[in-house]
Amino acid sequence: MSELKRTPLRDFHAAHGARLVDFAGWEMPVQYRSILEEHKAVRRTAGLFDVSHMGEVDVKGPEALRFLNNLVTNDVAKLFPGRVLYSPMCYPNGGVVDDLLVYMRAPEDYFLCINAGNIDKDIAWILEQAKGFDVQITDRSDDYALLAVQGPTAVAIVQSLTGAKLDRIGYYHFAEGTVAGIQCLISRTGYTGEDGFELYHPAGDAVSLAEAIVKAGAAHGLELTGLGARDSLRLEAGYPLYGHEITADISPLTAGLGWTVKLAKEAGFIGRDALLAEKTNGAANKVVFFKTGDRRIVRADTPVLGVDGMVVGKVLSGTLSPVLNEAIGSALVTTAASAGPLSVDIRGTLINLQLVKPPFVELKKPSS
Amino acid sequence: MSNVPADLRYAKSHEWLKPASDGTATVGITDYAQNSLGDITYVQLPKVGTVFAAGQVFGVVESVKAASDLYLPVAGEVIEVNTALDSAPETVNQDAYGAGWILKLKLTAPDSVNGLLDAAAYEKAIA
Repeated sequence: MSELKRTPLRDFHAAHGARLVDFAGWEMPVQYRSILEEHKAVRRTAGLFDVSHMGEVDVKGPEALRFLNNLVTNDVAKLFPGRVLYSPMCYPNGGVVDDLLVYMRAPEDYFLCINAGNIDKDIAWILEQAKGFDVQITDRSDDYALLAVQGPTAVAIVQSLTGAKLDRIGYYHFAEGTVAGIQCLISRTGYTGEDGFELYHPAGDAVSLAEAIVKAGAAHGLELTGLGARDSLRLEAGYPLYGHEITADISPLTAGLGWTVKLAKEAGFIGRDALLAEKTNGAANKVVFFKTGDRRIVRADTPVLGVDGMVVGKVLSGTLSPVLNEAIGSALVTTAASAGPLSVDIRGTLINLQLVKPPFVELKKPSS
Repeated sequence: MSNVPADLRYAKSHEWLKPASDGTATVGITDYAQNSLGDITYVQLPKVGTVFAAGQVFGVVESVKAASDLYLPVAGEVIEVNTALDSAPETVNQDAYGAGWILKLKLTAPDSVNGLLDAAAYEKAIA
């Protein structure tokens, strides 16, 4: 077994009782005491996640905008300094290389946040696509640590540690400032469906920042939260996860992310022709979300059955919604079967999938 | 450090068994097992009256992470199941040796309990 990579907070997690597991080659906390309780804490008060395993990339230069707009499906030209954009990055066939966040710090100065498990693949892809553009690409993944404070009391917690005026930072906006005396990029983003911040900061300051947040959060019900809760929170919010709802074989249109695909962008982008054809001709498959009214978790790769009992797809993600107290999930099914009825066989019991337009629970995100 | 009560018998597959003097026994999963599984979300119980051979699968315990088969440590007939787990499966996490019991069994051969691990041997097995 190859050695697992560690974030600067690995010993901090162990000292706080985390159960550490191999996550995409990283030794990460999956939970501290209970995934279900940590999930509920984020919906009720706040949770602190270490997401330092995510990758960061600087994209700078006179052609940074033109390059990025060719690289991703969403429209980077809509950005202005302090604004964040979510976008898939596609292969020419419309499959997804990764989904990422694009931050505009200044004209000719952008910053990307990419998925941990995709860092090497993404960097290679981005460098390949950069040929011919006047841009400098720098992998900054080892330089940054990333902490996410998420939940209804997240603003109060972070505000108690910074002079930055957080109420002026809208959803999917960011500012530069200090938090607990540590220089941070303060981003009003997250992947839980709650209000909150993601704090990019120097890797060497991660323990100090985490300890300051834990201390400040004590009065606000903050709990340490692991990747187990992060996954159930994002699924309950209806957010896609790379490798599940979006993959090299599942396009953003199939995944229901049509709002991130700007086919009308003037200069085009990688994957545009394939995605335009998919939109014009209709996709063969569709990602749907479901709940079951039953506590049995419908796990990834479970075959999905159509009206006549024939297999029409498979489950992509499945968990128990701690808020609804029933199984929820997503599945890739043929478009023809996507209106239902759909079911799955769990150890001999046929369970009906009740199709739901996510989010599964009411979210309290701020307006942008 | 897992809790391994001295008065119980254990299977390598992490079920515990508490024999009574009337030829019946109570069965559950160990503290080590519940801790390894994490949040338990569902317990599939067998039907009362079912007769199982030793080592046979009698149910399933599901956690957020995985679904795991339950193996009956010794042969017997199910005489009672813990239906409280239908609405509160997390009881297995909270009290694996008490309120989190799974079933009661009429043993086919009460002596078969002697073939199970004692607490010391089970502690060694999970060390």
